[in-house]
Amino acid sequence: MSVDLSLDYFSLFGLPCRFRLDETALDRAWHALQTETHPDCHAHLPENAQRAAMQEALRINEAYITLKKSVTRARYLLELAGMSPDAINENVVAPEYLFEQLEWREAVQEAREANDVDTLEQLALRLQIQMAGVVTQLAGQLDEQRDLEAAADTVRRLMFLDKLRLGIDNALAALDD
Amino acid sequence: MTYSNKVLDHYENPRNTGSFEQGEEGVATGMVGAPACGDVMKLQIKVGKDGVIEDARFKTYGCGSAIASSSLVTEWVKGKTLDEALTIKNAQIAEELALPPVKIHCSVLAEDAIRAAVADYKKKHGE
Repeated sequence: MSVDLSLDYFSLFGLPCRFRLDETALDRAWHALQTETHPDCHAHLPENAQRAAMQEALRINEAYITLKKSVTRARYLLELAGMSPDAINENVVAPEYLFEQLEWREAVQEAREANDVDTLEQLALRLQIQMAGVVTQLAGQLDEQRDLEAAADTVRRLMFLDKLRLGIDNALAALDD
Repeated sequence: MTYSNKVLDHYENPRNTGSFEQGEEGVATGMVGAPACGDVMKLQIKVGKDGVIEDARFKTYGCGSAIASSSLVTEWVKGKTLDEALTIKNAQIAEELALPPVKIHCSVLAEDAIRAAVADYKKKHGE
């Protein structure tokens, strides 16, 4: 076995267990481990060793996908700290924030119905700036303040923004055709 | 996944969509959202002087089941007092729409929306 399956995702890649991420280091470590565990390299081994290698490869990819995106990385850190997925998913976001989300969705829908690519691109840009701010806030809450409740609240907000981005991307893709 | 006919009916012909005029007498708003699926649901109720819900509106951004759940709820709350409206449970919504287990959370959200709207009304009217 080349990979210790009991390790957390950060240790798996030899990265510090925190939100701020050296993406280049993650990519490099992932490529190295992927090469090591690739099924082709184990085709000559007995079946049980092949199966073990397959499991390692799956875990490495799952770890990579989780750490790569800020929202899933933050959720993972909260889970490592003992918070349950259900607690993170709780419907407890402040109504004021949800009103704001509703307005965003309305703006996207109107622009989409009007075939207004310019407005959609402006919305995408505004969203990108807002998301960058939320990610910075999250880094402080997770890495410095270690305030899990506050971080969970920020993660929930980021989940809505992620959904919004998907909506804008879909609208732009639909208008492109 | 296939939607039940009742979900499709509410999805294609949603009842009571939109919003009441701002500042309209007796109107209260419930705003809820589920981070896990990114759905956002706004439910408004218009309460008469006798404490009975006269009318309701909704606006939901989400999947077909979330839209159908909120559409159905606007029909169900009409003619009910606030306390009667609070007795509507997600299980009834899920049963009426024949929601599959993975979509139960949409009916939970609709129940939460009723609670939020009633709470908003009580807050505004000092109860």
